[in-house]
Amino acid sequence: MFVPCDRGGGSASPDFKGFTLLMPAVSVGNVGQLAIDLVISTLDMTKVGYFYTDCLVPMVGNNPYATAEENSVELSINAEVYSLPSKKFVVLQIRSPFIKNKYRPFCQMLLSWVKSSNFARVILLSSSHAYQRDDEQLLGTPLRYLLTPDLEKAIGGLMQELNWKEMEKVAAYPGINDTEKILHIPGGGITKLLFKESCSKGIQMAVLLKFCSEGDNIPDAFALVNYLNEWLQLIKSEVSTSNNSTDTSSQWKIPSSWRLLFGNGLPPALF
Amino acid sequence: MATFFGEVVVAPSRAGVDDEESAEEAGEETPEDREIRRELEKKREIDVLWTLKSGAPAEGSADEPFACSKFIVAIGHSAAAFLSSFILDSVCWEVVGVVKLWNEWCRTSNTTNVLPTDSFCLFYRLISDPTVLLCQCSCYVAEDQQFQWLEKVFGCMRKEGLQVTILSTCPVADYKTQESTLTLPSPFLKALKTKEFKEQVCCPLLEQPNIVRDLPAAVLSYCQVWQIPAVLYQCYTDVIKLDTVTIEAFKPLLSSKILKSLVKDVSESTKFLKKLLTTNETHNNIYI
Repeated sequence: MFVPCDRGGGSASPDFKGFTLLMPAVSVGNVGQLAIDLVISTLDMTKVGYFYTDCLVPMVGNNPYATAEENSVELSINAEVYSLPSKKFVVLQIRSPFIKNKYRPFCQMLLSWVKSSNFARVILLSSSHAYQRDDEQLLGTPLRYLLTPDLEKAIGGLMQELNWKEMEKVAAYPGINDTEKILHIPGGGITKLLFKESCSKGIQMAVLLKFCSEGDNIPDAFALVNYLNEWLQLIKSEVSTSNNSTDTSSQWKIPSSWRLLFGNGLPPALF
Repeated sequence: MATFFGEVVVAPSRAGVDDEESAEEAGEETPEDREIRRELEKKREIDVLWTLKSGAPAEGSADEPFACSKFIVAIGHSAAAFLSSFILDSVCWEVVGVVKLWNEWCRTSNTTNVLPTDSFCLFYRLISDPTVLLCQCSCYVAEDQQFQWLEKVFGCMRKEGLQVTILSTCPVADYKTQESTLTLPSPFLKALKTKEFKEQVCCPLLEQPNIVRDLPAAVLSYCQVWQIPAVLYQCYTDVIKLDTVTIEAFKPLLSSKILKSLVKDVSESTKFLKKLLTTNETHNNIYI
């Protein structure tokens, strides 16, 4: 359940009516979560509440987006909500995996919160196993999108303009019967479930995902967040004069919590 | 993906949802499967038995939530032994509750007369001030049981005026730092506190990108969300078993506001620690 940070003085829960909700799926390479870290850190978003749930593994730590001594002592938990009212933009960050058998209740709870808060739309950042691509998917861009029918009606044309590639359906019984096609997102965690549920509940949801493998997924996170930025224009993309590209990689702020991702310093005695 | 020997294996992923658990399969759960799953869930349920009023233990929550001003929780053998050495005794404290649980790692013992190396979860109350509650939890509470523990324990107390102190230990190898952990002088203490906690902490705060997991994290998260002042003292140690050096690393806490008034006689502490040392030595000796 959503629990606002500020509950004193009789102030009501923050109003998210008409806002866009951005959230990650815990998926291969944690790319969605890393991309969300970049968004929160760069836009300097304010924490407005917690998503208190028994479905995620508990964890705590000090502020992962700390920039100075003063703001480094705020405690963070495994699922928190950040807001940028000027852009009508809310972000849910999830920092730990699901407890066994709890991913379904989590999806139910999340979607009912989306409905009750009257979010205009939901954008889900996710990823999928690169090794499960077919021959065609191996070529070209590794980024894909999906839109629920309700969102397709609203902005389907924009995706054409952006020249984005829709996630292909695959054969339900490969090699046996190639006519029946289904949506298959291996390694995508709850992506498929959330998407299917949103379709049936009439929620406007977009899924943005990248094919990747486990490893150093920081470049994947940058690719995904730049992909998102092509649509939402969260930060201005500078046209680089040297190669005439709109690469915004240098403008995303890496949070302080990304330090030491691959272990501690080495003991001097090793050498 | 293929391994060096050419066999094809499924790559482990951090996705958190195994592909075997995917939507299609879950819809095909038979009544037998459901029954088995229900039985397993029941086996993993935890029971909190309180004896707050004199007489027989009462199952679940007390008739009404009891007032609690200080709740001190020691998680893990060393933290529990620290409280046994420096705070608890049979004169000033009485046992008021016990948690019964089972998981793949441990089963709590049935008695209240426990050894420091046993798996148990007991609640004690200060006789002179019944709003001071202490918990020693040296059993491992699995991730699917942590929320239950929180709701069943905190559900019994009134949260107004409550302050929580959590003690736990963690391997120093988990500590992330620029230098190597081999050169760090362990054991050492690090703290994390909720927004509402305004008092002095007895050691440096835990720096990013370090995090805390398991029951200590669950308790601190609960306090942060429900705006309860709470502080967690995590001791990073390189000794896995119960040892006196790790226990003594918690000593700076004895000067904190919460524990200052509860410290028992120094001679009692020394006696307890000595006994602990000899018990350990006997067990560690593999030669007859």
